[in-house]
Amino acid sequence: MKMVKEFTKGIWTKNPILVIGIGLCPVLAVTSSVTNALWMTVATTFVLVCSNLLVSSVKSIVPAHIRIPVFISIIATFVTVVELVLKAYQPEVYKSLGIFIPLIVVNCIILGRAEEFASKNTILLSIADGLGMGLGFGATLVVLSFFRETLGANSLLGYTFIPGMKPATALIMAPGGFIILGLMLWGMNKINNRKK
Amino acid sequence: MDLKIYFTILLSTIFINNYVLSRTLGICPFLGVSKRIDSAIGMGFAVIFVMTLASFFTYVIYKYVLIFFNITYLRTIVFILVIASIVQLVEMVINKTSPALYQALGIFLPLITTNCAVLGVAVLNIDSGFVTAEFGLLKTLLQGFGGGVGFTLALILMAGIRERLEIAEIPENLKGMPISFILAGLLSLAFLGFAGMTI
Repeated sequence: MKMVKEFTKGIWTKNPILVIGIGLCPVLAVTSSVTNALWMTVATTFVLVCSNLLVSSVKSIVPAHIRIPVFISIIATFVTVVELVLKAYQPEVYKSLGIFIPLIVVNCIILGRAEEFASKNTILLSIADGLGMGLGFGATLVVLSFFRETLGANSLLGYTFIPGMKPATALIMAPGGFIILGLMLWGMNKINNRKK
Repeated sequence: MDLKIYFTILLSTIFINNYVLSRTLGICPFLGVSKRIDSAIGMGFAVIFVMTLASFFTYVIYKYVLIFFNITYLRTIVFILVIASIVQLVEMVINKTSPALYQALGIFLPLITTNCAVLGVAVLNIDSGFVTAEFGLLKTLLQGFGGGVGFTLALILMAGIRERLEIAEIPENLKGMPISFILAGLLSLAFLGFAGMTI
């Protein structure tokens, strides 16, 4: 029961992007297409689950004052694994995500979960937490990239969305990311306030 | 030696490829510290300093250690550790020399470690092929410095607007983060204008 709770909190009530507001850089940078967003979700969730697992299993042997460097090294190791695997088996994806694969290291969500959750909880709970947070992150990414790709490039997963529609190119560039994420946060506030 | 290329690097990192507004790197500190102009300026200078230093050290380590031992795949791990140490150093120096600034920046100084713009500039220096280029170290330093200046520019612009926004009337649900994102979007739209510039 507790596992389910830790898993689901990441998706809505404690959604890392929409509620806590961390890990925003990849959100804005890779959501110009749904494909990129999905690959980013896979990569980040993998790193998140693995680092949560490892952090929570070494939590009792790491001295408190050097825990942050240790956590960062653990995260960087898994990011390197992702980087090498993508480079070898998915060179196209590696190219289009580019610099944002090494930048998973500095995604505050991962260090934040390691520090706040995995270093205090059991291994199984940490895995559930990592999966949930990864999915919450991914869901936001996919929704955002859906709007940006359909409106900004008039395509969806490589197919034309509405034949003959003229796309608003600014939406797949940086401004579109900012503005659509702003509107999504507005919508979320609206839903939450109505519930009260 | 062609001077024009150095000017181009500087101008393009500050305006055309501004790290915050067109590459969307370093968004967390950009939104976190842009509430007041004075803390934005402090944070900006800290970032310029850390970025230039980080560019220098990561470049030297990559060129003379990682390539030499043929372990370039360790790039990510090495870079993040180098940046973390530099930030620690800067934190200690600021704490000793200017306690007021240290108070103002508060928790954001350690957060420079997880500022993706700093790791971003280090990785981009390598990806831009500066390692094998002529005068690569100078180009690297310029790109790091320019990136920091661009970040500071965006941060101060944003802080100026947000200070005004405090007294403006905003719909209840747009207050806080949503309106900040829309503002950042408009700023970034303005910066798109630089993209048409040919140097």
